[in-house]
Amino acid sequence: MTMLRHAAAIASKDLRSEFRTKESINSTLSFSVVILLLFAFAFDPSPDMIVEFGGGLLWIVFVFAGALIVNRAFARELPNDCIDVLVSSPASGASLFLGKATAAFVLLFGIECICLPVFGILYNVTWWRNLSGLLGILALGTWAMACVGVFISALTVNLRLREVMLPMLVYPVLIPAILPAMMLTNTLLTGQPIPSDFMVWLRLLIGFNVMFTTLSVYLAETVLVR
Amino acid sequence: MSAPAVAAAGVWKYFGDYPALRDVRFELQPGECLALLGRNGAGKTTLLRILGGLSGASKGAVEINGGDVRASETRARIGWLGHSIGLYDELSARENLRTFGSLYGVTRATISEWLEKVNLTHVADAPVREYSRGMRQRLAVARAFQHGPRLLLLDEPFTSLDDKAIALLQGLLAEARGSGATIILSTHQIREAMELASKVALLDRGKLVHFGERTEAMLQDAGYLYRTYGSAA
Repeated sequence: MTMLRHAAAIASKDLRSEFRTKESINSTLSFSVVILLLFAFAFDPSPDMIVEFGGGLLWIVFVFAGALIVNRAFARELPNDCIDVLVSSPASGASLFLGKATAAFVLLFGIECICLPVFGILYNVTWWRNLSGLLGILALGTWAMACVGVFISALTVNLRLREVMLPMLVYPVLIPAILPAMMLTNTLLTGQPIPSDFMVWLRLLIGFNVMFTTLSVYLAETVLVR
Repeated sequence: MSAPAVAAAGVWKYFGDYPALRDVRFELQPGECLALLGRNGAGKTTLLRILGGLSGASKGAVEINGGDVRASETRARIGWLGHSIGLYDELSARENLRTFGSLYGVTRATISEWLEKVNLTHVADAPVREYSRGMRQRLAVARAFQHGPRLLLLDEPFTSLDDKAIALLQGLLAEARGSGATIILSTHQIREAMELASKVALLDRGKLVHFGERTEAMLQDAGYLYRTYGSAA
């Protein structure tokens, strides 16, 4: 219970800081909308083409934009050495990780929810036909991004080239989560339920989340205390 | 006999091949105040970071009240004031104290008391980035003291404080000591440190070259310790 209370305090602090400065929100949102807009004009895709690559396009946007948010997760603690105060507090490394991952998840998911209608308008897609399924898959893929991104953000926070290093490390690790998220999103954009032969992708995505969350919670203390 | 408030047993810290701390050993009893002195790069901050659980020792062990420094109960009793203020510029004074206070279970009433104590009540809801340097330092002091720590680890606490703020901090430290808290402060401001200290330690290139009671000679002559025990001695 204490761990969750500490995690909630960290998450609420991160969200309050972000909403006050809007550092990540503004850049991430404008980046996402611009990419969607550019692709729409560059390819002028037909409805058949959208069924083929809609999920892929959305996740490319989310993953690239997501790097901007997770990069700030621990970097925001650097000015004034706030990270030292957090690490010396009774909050465990696991609660710090969970709090920061939760804040990153909320921000990413919020931006994705804004991007979906933009995607629908620009590509003429009725994306809401299986809304609960689509939001569920978005949530699973987003948690994977938040989890991996925040963990690697903690690892790279003291590097001078962390903005370059973070995507280089995050993207390869994320492939086993983004691939199923893309496949499942493609299906759900058509309004159909997930077919039985696609359940293996869903299991892979859930398994990735369970494995990486457990690993990150377990290793957070070691990463933060050097 | 109860466990010492702080015990360092053969602490080594390597950065690559370089030993930043070399076999540091000392014990402090509850209520003692240690002035940790040494020239730049002597290892004062490294030692404080290990005592505060911010960094692990390469060899040796540190115990706080006989327990592991990374245990949550131990850290709940530590107050940390580092080189930087450890505050969020975009949040207000009250929000900063609430954020950190919530990790220690500090009540809102206590937070208001501390804002009053450090004379920041009138700007409590303004963002910290609008504060003067002195106000930020006073808020950092409130942040480190608000949960009533039993061990205070202070790294250069008097740096960039004006006379009024130094007097405030000295008063708070004396009050904390009076209530039985143990204090370790690293500083270059020997006069202020000697007024508070009951024990003095001198680090020289990672080695503890002196650890003992503060004497009258140290109080009277700021350079005495370095001349007697330093590497140039």
